[in-house]
Amino acid sequence: MSFPYTRKVLEHFRHPHNVGKMKNPDAVATEGSPACGDMVKLYLKVDKESKVIDDIKFESYGCASNIATGSIITDLAIGKTLEDAKKLNWKSAAEALGGLPAVKVHCAVLAVDALRTAVENYEHQHGLLKVKVPTDEKVVMKRLSRVINPLAGLDVVRTKVVQEVDVKNGIVTVYVELPEMHQFANNVKNEIIERVEPLWDVKEVRVIFRGE
Amino acid sequence: MKQKRIYLDNAATTRTDPEVVKAMMPYFTETYAVASSQFSHTPGLEAREGLDEAREIVAGKLNSSPEEIVFTSGGTEANNLALKGTAQAFKGKKDHIICSGVEHNTVLHSCQWLEQEGFKLTILDVNEEGFIDLDQLRECITDHTFLVSIQHGNQEVGTVQPIAAVGEICKENGALFHVDAALSFTQMDLDVNVLNADFITLSAHKIHGPKGVGGLYVRTGTELNKIFHGGYSEFDLRSGTENVAGVVGFGKAVQIAQPDHVENIRSLQKHLMDRLTKDIQHVIVNGPKDIEKRLPGNVNVSFDLVEGESVVLHLDMKGISVITGSACFSRSLEPSYVMMAMGFSHERAHGSIRFTLSRFNTMEEIDYAVESCNEVVEALRMISPLKK
Repeated sequence: MSFPYTRKVLEHFRHPHNVGKMKNPDAVATEGSPACGDMVKLYLKVDKESKVIDDIKFESYGCASNIATGSIITDLAIGKTLEDAKKLNWKSAAEALGGLPAVKVHCAVLAVDALRTAVENYEHQHGLLKVKVPTDEKVVMKRLSRVINPLAGLDVVRTKVVQEVDVKNGIVTVYVELPEMHQFANNVKNEIIERVEPLWDVKEVRVIFRGE
Repeated sequence: MKQKRIYLDNAATTRTDPEVVKAMMPYFTETYAVASSQFSHTPGLEAREGLDEAREIVAGKLNSSPEEIVFTSGGTEANNLALKGTAQAFKGKKDHIICSGVEHNTVLHSCQWLEQEGFKLTILDVNEEGFIDLDQLRECITDHTFLVSIQHGNQEVGTVQPIAAVGEICKENGALFHVDAALSFTQMDLDVNVLNADFITLSAHKIHGPKGVGGLYVRTGTELNKIFHGGYSEFDLRSGTENVAGVVGFGKAVQIAQPDHVENIRSLQKHLMDRLTKDIQHVIVNGPKDIEKRLPGNVNVSFDLVEGESVVLHLDMKGISVITGSACFSRSLEPSYVMMAMGFSHERAHGSIRFTLSRFNTMEEIDYAVESCNEVVEALRMISPLKK
């Protein structure tokens, strides 16, 4: 039988490891959006002394390759130091799974991105950054280019839902071109805060809806 | 032990009826001459007889005459012939064609190709249940419209279009009318004396016939150019050696089809739709809520908070074959264009599952499918970050 997926992918898809919600995580990251058809949320617990990932959990709204990659990447990351975990990439996941169809890279890469972002968020929040780049509009826009506009399935920067941000004394203000009453306003707001708040020098994130 | 397979993907293709296979067999090994040799030798004449007999059966089902049935290599060719063949016939006279946004790709892509070739194309909108708006058709149709192409029943959500009314509008406006009935033929009434249709697309493998054969009903006297050139077969509308065995199988499949098969499929369909929406929480029906306005056997639902490909693969592991409109399921990574045309959110398309039944399915299979679906959806919702 020749499925596009390897036996290993199907095994992890069928019985994913490290799956579920985590109480009081040290860092969290979400990648993707229901509008794209795939979304991964990843939780980390990190030992403060050794900087080793003690526990890791993920949740997935997605296809088989998305779930399988979430399972394998969390298997690979657990017990690793943050530094080593950061070296894990899409290729390590694909190799450990015995290969993934090329067309599914898009779905599978989300779990890898989520791990990276979660580690990054932890570093921001625990003073572990080697180079402390001060947060400016550019940094914020870059982070926001990962927030998906649920209407279009593309990010909020590219779809011009966010065109202007303002950074002053650790307070980031993001102007969103959607009406406050919009059905997705709350989702967009939460995602923006989740993206920007972990930055090391950000004290507060304000989201202002100013669309018609 | 080999797992029992529960095949619920009958809008893709159906099991070839063993009786059909039996009827076809002699045309491979014994009566294998070409039908165009009817004037040369006896085997050619026998092949011709097989072909003509099937033509009469198919024509009878439509209440048409045999000369109005052109056998093709399937529904795709029939649609291409109807659209491109009329466009050629009307070139320089009329230049406007109308179809809907939920037509099968063979119609949609043919129309878009004709647009590139200089014809004008209007694609009709559909509402949330997939129905076209007859008023929009009345507004769009003009003296320049040579053809309106509207499917009988939709391949994904099962919506049955008001084709009788479309036919009337076409008649009043002097436009030809093409109906893609690949999925409804033998399952729903199609009578060319009642219906003002000039072309009707038929397919054998959707109704327990063989793959690679279909047909186009062409009303006598209708302008149509051939698109395959060569010999003079099929009333000089379709060149190519006749697929005698395939056509015989097609005829047999039509002959076998009985009204009580449809009644049986309808009761399975109703049972499946009722149980899916009652046993599982947060389910939306895609397509008409009224089962009578759906193709027999079509059930399409979306499960909140889960992605379709995952549901499909889990069900496959349980021996159940279904499909989804999710982007992850398609090569293009685009969600179902039918659902996008119906104005669905991406999430709704991603969570959609299509079940299409045939007379070979049983009530026990439907119950097992619902129970499996419930388990799978529940398990996937447990790991979804979207759960409340």
